[in-house]
Amino acid sequence: MKKPTFYVLGEGALTVSFGDYINIDYSKQVFQLYHRLSQYEQKFWLDLIPAYTTLTIVYEPLSIEYESPSAWVRKYIEELLESESRHIPMLTRHVTIPVCYAIEFGLDSKRLCNERAISHEQLVELHTTITYTVYMLGFLPGFPYMGSVDSRIATPRLTKPRTVVPAGSVGIAGEQTGIYPLDSPGGWNIIGRTPLKLFDALREQPALLTPGDQVSFVPISNEAFENFDATTFNLVQHES
Amino acid sequence: MSLEIVKSGLQDSIQDEGRFGYQHLGINPSGAMDRIAMNIANALVGNDLKEAVIELCFPAAHFVFREAAFISLCGANFNATLNGASVPMHHLIRVPAGAILKFTKKLNGSFCYLAIRGGFQLEDWLGSKSTNTKVKAGGWKGRILQKGDNISFRNRIHEQVDVKVYPWRAKLTDFYSDQKSIRVLQGNESEWLGKSSQRDLTKEIFAISTQSDRMGYRLQGKELKQTTKDQLLSTAVSFGTVQLLPNGQLIILCADHQTTGGYPRVAQIIRADLATLVQRNSREEIRFEFVALEDAERLLKNQQRSMEQLRLSCLYKVRMIAGID
Repeated sequence: MKKPTFYVLGEGALTVSFGDYINIDYSKQVFQLYHRLSQYEQKFWLDLIPAYTTLTIVYEPLSIEYESPSAWVRKYIEELLESESRHIPMLTRHVTIPVCYAIEFGLDSKRLCNERAISHEQLVELHTTITYTVYMLGFLPGFPYMGSVDSRIATPRLTKPRTVVPAGSVGIAGEQTGIYPLDSPGGWNIIGRTPLKLFDALREQPALLTPGDQVSFVPISNEAFENFDATTFNLVQHES
Repeated sequence: MSLEIVKSGLQDSIQDEGRFGYQHLGINPSGAMDRIAMNIANALVGNDLKEAVIELCFPAAHFVFREAAFISLCGANFNATLNGASVPMHHLIRVPAGAILKFTKKLNGSFCYLAIRGGFQLEDWLGSKSTNTKVKAGGWKGRILQKGDNISFRNRIHEQVDVKVYPWRAKLTDFYSDQKSIRVLQGNESEWLGKSSQRDLTKEIFAISTQSDRMGYRLQGKELKQTTKDQLLSTAVSFGTVQLLPNGQLIILCADHQTTGGYPRVAQIIRADLATLVQRNSREEIRFEFVALEDAERLLKNQQRSMEQLRLSCLYKVRMIAGID
């Protein structure tokens, strides 16, 4: 295994980098350190931000009583990674997300199917057969970056982003798939919409998904979309 | 006890130290743009330094005090008046019930902070009172303040008829610099710039663009060029991260920054200079100067020591006056 590298993001954050391209093994290392810090270690950080290949540890340097807080944090994390003898088991959530792939929601489906010479049924099938990993959340509160989509439907971002993508829109950008939690400008290829609220400030857990979740999509009809009742939908199927 | 807005400002909001612990869910921290001014405003009225305050931009809201209060104004100077008479910045002020607070002219700076002794009566959202306008949560109804908003505060004080400005003034020299240069650390992608662009980053002068807000300050200056073919995978960014945009211009991420980004990070403003930077106005010019991480840490600690001295001396004086606690 490659040795992780470290760099600072200002006086109040250390980033640990496990690699430089999207790869599930790098992500597993990110999640492992994230999990270990958040569950078992002395809580000196303000935030732990997982990304594709990095974990950023945000701390308040003024509350660390050492000459150089950054040097102390770095040493702490280095020693933690070296003492990796105990591999910590992690619970993984499996979340099922209903998506209506109808053309009125899939704003880019027609174009994508034409470009890739596939039928709309194939698009839906290719998007729903894979179980995706939530590599990270970012861009907007609750926005999941998931991967990787089948190469037959992997499509680069729009050259001209839309000024408004409706909340719930499910999109593809390169090999990633994601869901817009809020109405927002955006450049992903939109292929459907979920009736679920990916983000709701009033919920106890405002974000539906968290880093490391496993996600599968199930197609639903327009009718099911219109009559969707979140209270009866069994979202989290199991933890393992 | 409350403070009512009688005229809307441009973009005034409730802010505190920011909302931490939720960036892994993409929830941005928000918080005051100028944490130093927020801290000093709180110190002057004897509050916890992290108490939520009102952040004002020019043109700022006008207020009427429904009850008497101790307040302070720090940061940008918008020529504040109480019942028509000018009041100074960085003082403890006693305000009688019915007084009208206006901001009449932008004299310097970008963000002014109004603190009230005892703080505002507001609910936390995820551990903070900062306003997150993106998800419409936190602060006052998750939005910028508008005419008719009536914000309660916690402390009742003895009724007085006149405005009183107490004579001591917070000294700012330990906290702000009047130099053109803003000190920065190397960014992790600094070396993706070509040699000449790396030189230009510290040699050239950059102007703060008019397209600057709480999310970021865009800069205008000589175009910088990335000479490597590297592409950054989305990763964490922070308040003060300087990114190179595809058009060769720079942006400094500010309080409402996204949690992650994919543009090369060519520098990082040191914490000790963030307040100085955010108080600069559009069209003002800055220059970057690299310092070592150890120096940045030392400067931050020095600032903190000065802040603690200020806090203690203010607290002593406020208690003498308020005659309570």
